[in-house]
Amino acid sequence: MNDKDHNIENSDIKDSHINQGRRRFLTTAATVVGGAGAVAGAVPFIATMTPSEKTKAIGAPVEVDISKLKPGERIIRKWQGKPVWILRRTQEMLADIAAQNEVVSDPNSDASAQPGYAKNEYRAREDEYLVVIGICTHLGCSPNFILKDDDNAPVIDWKGGFSCACHGSRFDLAGRVFKGVPAPTNLVVPPYKYLSPTRLIIGDDSEAV
Amino acid sequence: MADIEKNIIAGLTGLRDWVDARFPLMQNWNEHLAKYYAPKNFNFWYYFGAFALLVFAIQIVTGIWLTMNYKPSAENAFASVEYIMRDVSWGWLIRYMHSTGASAFFIVIYLHMFRALLYGSYKKPRELLWLSGMALYLVIMGEAFFGYLLPWGQMSYWGAQVIISLFGALPIVGDQLSLWIRGDFVVSDVTLNRFFALHVIAFPLLIFGLIGAHILALHKVGSNNPDGVEIKKNKNAEGIPVDGIPFHPYYTVKDIFGVSVFLIFFFAVVFFMPEMNGYFLEHANFVPADPLKTPEHIAPVWYFTPFYSILRAVPSQLGGVIAMGLATNIFLLLPWLDRSPVKSIRYRGWNFRCALIIFVISFLTLGWLGMQAVTPLYTWMARFFSVLYFAFFLGMPFYTAIDNDKIVPDRVQG
Repeated sequence: MNDKDHNIENSDIKDSHINQGRRRFLTTAATVVGGAGAVAGAVPFIATMTPSEKTKAIGAPVEVDISKLKPGERIIRKWQGKPVWILRRTQEMLADIAAQNEVVSDPNSDASAQPGYAKNEYRAREDEYLVVIGICTHLGCSPNFILKDDDNAPVIDWKGGFSCACHGSRFDLAGRVFKGVPAPTNLVVPPYKYLSPTRLIIGDDSEAV
Repeated sequence: MADIEKNIIAGLTGLRDWVDARFPLMQNWNEHLAKYYAPKNFNFWYYFGAFALLVFAIQIVTGIWLTMNYKPSAENAFASVEYIMRDVSWGWLIRYMHSTGASAFFIVIYLHMFRALLYGSYKKPRELLWLSGMALYLVIMGEAFFGYLLPWGQMSYWGAQVIISLFGALPIVGDQLSLWIRGDFVVSDVTLNRFFALHVIAFPLLIFGLIGAHILALHKVGSNNPDGVEIKKNKNAEGIPVDGIPFHPYYTVKDIFGVSVFLIFFFAVVFFMPEMNGYFLEHANFVPADPLKTPEHIAPVWYFTPFYSILRAVPSQLGGVIAMGLATNIFLLLPWLDRSPVKSIRYRGWNFRCALIIFVISFLTLGWLGMQAVTPLYTWMARFFSVLYFAFFLGMPFYTAIDNDKIVPDRVQG
């Protein structure tokens, strides 16, 4: 290297010594390769925040004994960390559900999440027992179970159902959302099946034995 | 005796010069303190930036000490907080300083932002100063949200559940996004563990960097003042603004006085009403998290309630989430929505003055409504004030353009 290479004060020398095309190519290439490297490097950091294998494995089905459940009574069981409600409905409750098709926003559960066997009038395998995930489809609070004649009825002419204290969403006794509340869809029905008339398993609906 | 004194001073000067030859010590001291000229007419409203810095320091120090005894797991978190409160020596003081600090941070920042509205401090050339401040505000909201989950009480749990569900309401990506944030299908130990990491490392670092950017931006353009007059337009022969005084000692002394008064109020809360009747520490949070049961009455901590009200006011899931997101972020547009050439409210017309009064009333009412249970009347009130809230911003280009502003003087008025 001679002195001339270092002396770039004269702009004529400077311009003649710099290969602008090569400089642009190198800058672009370094930016593209470096950018791709940065993106590739971000992948494990983002992926490490998704559910781990252990987290995914937890969620085993839960067996529930419903032999002691009285008509009109509800129990709560935990499945996949979420509350699952099992409500034994009376004939009067079933009649009230059928009478409210006009005031719920998705009466046939077309836009809601449930297994095929629960996509019916009462959203259940057996009309008598409602099994739903007790998490409001709005923003995830767990609504309160309020009976027909309760003093805390959220609206006049309340036929019984579930009312969310957080943002005022209301559901009927089939978990169907009423019109004019923030929740967009009916309560979610989990997969479940009957092991016997008084035993349920939640989280498993496979037909094979 | 005089000789000893002389020798000590000579020694210290020598040390300073030794450092100065290797590090820009005096240069920075002068640039940011001793020869940083601030307008001479600062008033009460100019305390809150310094207070925010103080509260940040309190949060960092108490936070470090809290992590010495806190356990970030669903099984142990609640008990470890009770352990800090009952068994750790002075643990209650550290914890109450931290919890009171969170609310104090927001009180101070809201007043700091209100000052900017009063005196037009977001206007040209201070747009980036305003944007960096807004970024700080949003990051501090995140920091407060992550921190609120850590005690693993009922409000911690269900508050996190609701806020994360907000992201779940977004179309297409919503479900995957909320799953990614939680790292689980429900708010769980996994969620708590990562919120701890974000709360004690990631976000404090972000806040620290943003405070640096905020102060650098401030010292580039210089402070605004209650008259909204640019003091840099009037300089004397030495290039010093005639209406400016050096930040040190004049405003360092003013701020130290203010800090003393602030700390009296701060510790009055810490010692005598740390729960602030359920507003700073909510009653339901003294019950451990129960994923099967939402508390009868849930409300976010007071500093989020105006936005929470707006969320509840909209009778659609996605619509509510969008309105809430807009309400928090619309402040970012302020420098470009305001068409008036006048900065300070002292010389602005009644259009802006009335709009600001209505906005403050709306913000406070929405904040109050956000703490109440839903009733049909309150829902309609929330809708009414949500409309006024947005009208302040969206109407601004119109009512400020035709405002009957007064003549702004050339010099600050005292």
